Amino acid sequence: MIRNDFQAIAKWIAPNSQVLDLGCGDGSFLKYLQEQKPVHAYGVEIDDSRVLSCVHKGLNVIQQNLEGGLALFENDSFDTVVLSQTLQTIHQTEKILREVVRVGKESIISFPNFGHWSHRLAVGLGRMPVSKSLPYQWYNTPNVRVLTVADFEKLASNLGLKVIDQCILHEGREVTLLPNLFGSLALFRISRA
Amino acid sequence: MSELHLSRNTIHFAEPLPLQSGAILAGYDLVIETYGRLNPGKSNAVLVCHALNASHHVAGPNPDDPQDIGWWDNMIGPGKPIDTDHFFVIGVNNLGSCFGSTGPMSTNPATGKPYGADFPVITVEDWVNTQARLADKLGIRKFAAVMGGSLGGMQAMAWAIQFPKRIDHCIVIASTPKLSAQNIAFNEVARNAILSDPDFHGGNYYVHNVIPKSGLKLARMVGHITYLSDDDMAEKFGRELQRPDGESNDYRFSFDVEFEVESYLRHQGEKFSKYFDANTYLLITRALDYFDPARRYEGSLQRALAEVQAKFLVVSFTTDWRFPPNRSREIVQALLGNKSEVSYAEIDAPHGHDAFLLDDPRYHHLIRAYFDQMHEARR
Repeated sequence: MIRNDFQAIAKWIAPNSQVLDLGCGDGSFLKYLQEQKPVHAYGVEIDDSRVLSCVHKGLNVIQQNLEGGLALFENDSFDTVVLSQTLQTIHQTEKILREVVRVGKESIISFPNFGHWSHRLAVGLGRMPVSKSLPYQWYNTPNVRVLTVADFEKLASNLGLKVIDQCILHEGREVTLLPNLFGSLALFRISRA
Repeated sequence: MSELHLSRNTIHFAEPLPLQSGAILAGYDLVIETYGRLNPGKSNAVLVCHALNASHHVAGPNPDDPQDIGWWDNMIGPGKPIDTDHFFVIGVNNLGSCFGSTGPMSTNPATGKPYGADFPVITVEDWVNTQARLADKLGIRKFAAVMGGSLGGMQAMAWAIQFPKRIDHCIVIASTPKLSAQNIAFNEVARNAILSDPDFHGGNYYVHNVIPKSGLKLARMVGHITYLSDDDMAEKFGRELQRPDGESNDYRFSFDVEFEVESYLRHQGEKFSKYFDANTYLLITRALDYFDPARRYEGSLQRALAEVQAKFLVVSFTTDWRFPPNRSREIVQALLGNKSEVSYAEIDAPHGHDAFLLDDPRYHHLIRAYFDQMHEARR
């Protein structure tokens, strides 16, 4: 399955660059990326069956829990670190963001936007939202953090991160009008300031 | 499903072998077993390196003793994770071992007597050199993979360093870039048990027609403890007492076997002392101690691995306290630092170090996926 954000993320990655995909899942994005352009890439994943899928695809995959930090990786050792729809599943949000910008010259973070109008409406009506971008019930979601586009901007600024570029999507299309209200998926391209 | 195609050979090498210690071994034999068939391009060969007490007999029933099944039989064979319908697997008995390759029990051509204590100290790198000569004899320029667990993983790593152009894939399982002080300490206790056995005779026990049996038994008991996890031992034995049915479960207040774990260890030690050679145990544990490829590079494993071209698969087991996941991560970190191709799996298995020999589904699926992918990519 080609996820909506794959194309947008791949656009920000230069050919022949070094890429680290954190929480790479079954390796679909890295496989997609390698079909688009030559890159040298590693994925990091904790789940056994997803690690297996990556090995099946012939990808470099490192089995590791991201909560433990990225001690295996040196400063600036990657051109781009991708954290695609993973940030919301991590407890130590600030720690991982610091690690991501330490290891990567640039980083791409994508996450479901809790600020989308449909989510606001659901909460307004007294229920936790269930949608394409947040497809879980409150009791079975792997997501431990919910955040909005505005929340991320605030945190990035607090952590002294530079936002190089951003792209807010809904159903694969870029949203330019009131993105925190009409976007369901947020992508940020960041670096150390 | 096709049958396991097994053949055994003893291969003689007449050319003298210079060893890392400075000693030179005049000629030697290596015993090998092969499984499956070498393809016409000789590109499907997989070298399997053995760990401390194993041998060339990797898969299938031993031709001499059908009860003796190869130590990695669950891994290698037709339709198994390393499918011998696709790959030509070679198991080689290391130099210095006691299963047919030249070792301390062999006759020293200079004296006409067994080498005994005169057999030179061997290193992992020396083994790899003998295996490269073996590959030359078989006409194999490049292995599809060199793999091994524990000490076998060290050999695979040394292969990637010493002969970077001769290995496509390097598979290092439950291993380490070097022994810790604790690891060496366990080896030292084991060796001391052997060295202090009155039947050891400075290593020349063959001519006295005895073997340092109690030393070997003790050595194995110590080693065996480190191969299992605490949980595994607790589950297998707990604090159960060794009692015939109907007998009282009261303590006997003696130093005979009281607990089941004692009986188990004694049995394992006893069994081992009957088939393994004490001099070989000394040699192999020393080879483990000495292995440290980073040593020549001021302790930098990354520099030691700088020239490798092989794609690595590194596997560790969470309950392995002999070579725990951290030790595997050191290898992974060095490879990542060099931008080498590497995958790393950390298998959550309960069985400790010995897990690499056991049939854990996650582990076997992983190896199967890796070799399937290798096979697909080569078609």
